[in-house]
Amino acid sequence: MNSTPASVTEAVLARHVGEPGALLPILHEVQDTLGHIPREIVPQIAEGLNLSRAEVHGVVTYYHHFRADAPGRHVIQVCRAEACQAMGSDALMAHAEHTLGCHTHGGHGSTSADGRYTLNPVYCLGLCASSPAVVIDDKLHARMTPDKFDQLVNTLGDDA
Amino acid sequence: MSAVTVYVPRDSAALAVGADAVAAALQAECARRGIALNLARNGSRGLFWLETLVEVATPQGRVAYGPVEADDIPALLDAGLLTGHPHALCHGLTEQIPYLAKQERLTFARMGITDPLSIADYEAHEGYAGLRAALALKPEAVVQQVLDSGLRGRGGAAFPTGIKWKTVAAAQAAQKYIVCNADEGDSGTFSDRMTMEGDPFMLIEGMTIAALAVGATRGYVYIRSEYPDAVATMSEAIARATAAGFLGDDVLGSGRAFHLQVRKAAGAYVCGEETAMLESLEGKRGIVRAKPPLPAIEGLFGQPTVINNVISFASVPLILARGAAFYRDYGVGRSRGTLPMQLAGNIKHGGLVEKAFGVTLRELMFDFGGGSATGRPIKTAQVGGPLGTYLPESQWDLPMDYEAYAAVGAVVGHGGIVVHDDTADLSKLARYAMEFCAIESCGKCTPCRIGSTRGVEVIDKIIAPPSPKTNKPQQVQLLRDLCDTMVNGSLCAMGGMTPYPVLSALNHFPQDFGLATPDREAA
Repeated sequence: MNSTPASVTEAVLARHVGEPGALLPILHEVQDTLGHIPREIVPQIAEGLNLSRAEVHGVVTYYHHFRADAPGRHVIQVCRAEACQAMGSDALMAHAEHTLGCHTHGGHGSTSADGRYTLNPVYCLGLCASSPAVVIDDKLHARMTPDKFDQLVNTLGDDA
Repeated sequence: MSAVTVYVPRDSAALAVGADAVAAALQAECARRGIALNLARNGSRGLFWLETLVEVATPQGRVAYGPVEADDIPALLDAGLLTGHPHALCHGLTEQIPYLAKQERLTFARMGITDPLSIADYEAHEGYAGLRAALALKPEAVVQQVLDSGLRGRGGAAFPTGIKWKTVAAAQAAQKYIVCNADEGDSGTFSDRMTMEGDPFMLIEGMTIAALAVGATRGYVYIRSEYPDAVATMSEAIARATAAGFLGDDVLGSGRAFHLQVRKAAGAYVCGEETAMLESLEGKRGIVRAKPPLPAIEGLFGQPTVINNVISFASVPLILARGAAFYRDYGVGRSRGTLPMQLAGNIKHGGLVEKAFGVTLRELMFDFGGGSATGRPIKTAQVGGPLGTYLPESQWDLPMDYEAYAAVGAVVGHGGIVVHDDTADLSKLARYAMEFCAIESCGKCTPCRIGSTRGVEVIDKIIAPPSPKTNKPQQVQLLRDLCDTMVNGSLCAMGGMTPYPVLSALNHFPQDFGLATPDREAA
């Protein structure tokens, strides 16, 4: 099928016609399909919902979950919240940054230079009794250690 | 021989430690041995250090094995897993494991016992008895039951649920809404997640009762995007409840309509604040609204809206089924009923402990939790999420009770307890509290938006190595002034309560900030 960001967005918008407050579900569907929310479709969404481009841009950039740029082939999230900190997540994050070649700062993540990994901090996955917790390509892993982390990363294929 | 029923949880805390692999190994090994197996995927019992907790149905009851790894399955089958025979990983009858036996599970009574997505299983375990009872009452009598139960908001603010419902019931509007706040962003909490993944019909039933009581016909469950399994399970449960006539145009033939849908959040902690959540549901940036107007009068899309936390709604079916007095008889003072507390962080036996209000932190951390996971002495616990205080040992014997905690400036909140051992540096945790606020602030009010960043800077100056240029007492005073501004000047709890962990760390653990003696203003 020949789907472009514009055609994907058109189909998503059509599914939500007349639904009150549909911007978040629309953005989720677009990102789930395309992997991110390309800047060029913001005007299309704005027009479809009778919003200004600024309003749509504002929502995309406000929420941590939405991203305007394509992520690396593998997305890795490490929990930084208190329960995981109590079980060594700061050291785990440092290990992940070193292993993956990514750097995080505060709430922001980054993608490795070769485009293979995106590392993001996350603030609580609800696995606080099995800390520390990480997500690797949408799969949850708890009671994480640097060794287990390396094993999991090593089993990742080259294509996400 | 008929098929033996074996339970392997599908809760995401079990999946995160390999429950699917355990289930697959069990099926493969039983097939290889020619044994008939009935594999059931239940919710979690909430004994997370034992996950993956495999249970086997025996004539005496369910027998528990854990923590089980996929590799353990052949040896477990050799030892007689399917007949509940002993093994190093066997804990005997699940119900007799002290951690569970000592609890008072009202809201979590079905948790880990039933198939989360089976309505038949739910009804066989007292499910929908509350809704049927509510349908036999006038709406105002339903509200009265909730009022009489003493139930207070379990999200953290502890506002009486019945009063909220009464306000919405009295409001005149063509459209009213029921909104469940399932944006459980507090670190150290997972009771909402467990409910949605392990007993979703209980939440649906509670919301349906609320809808009937206040005259609402539409509802939303706002679930954080970090909980994909909860989103999936809730969506499927709503579809099944609708197909079976428990939701839709004609709830159980009553002629009353209630339509429910899931909305996925997008990773903003502040959207757990109710007005920011409403903005998000309306498709906007999750910016906090000024109150009044209260959401009960002008809420979602400007209409009267009941907003409650998952556990508040989930407590309602039992109150209607057994009566307000049954629920009210648990608890102490003005804190009635039970609270599903969550033991997390550096704790040996982390998990879900539902007890009546009045239990102490010491009992929870030692009698239930078994001390720290690392085996080192416990230094402190943060109760009530990232906006809760760090409690020193002198406060561990307070009864868990909204008023008793408030009296020492602490909060029970959503019942999350994050334990730290003696290696924790409270100045780092205080700095993190400010940093987290800076990351998550919605930006609407100045004390929160700017105060949090200034807070990080001031704490950095306090904990920096001493130099002739820094005047430490002055910086400490500056931090206190800043906290005072944030507490009194912020629009919502995000900025207004970030000082709680900061000041409790400073007051109770001054040595971590390089302050030799307790600060003279310390409480």
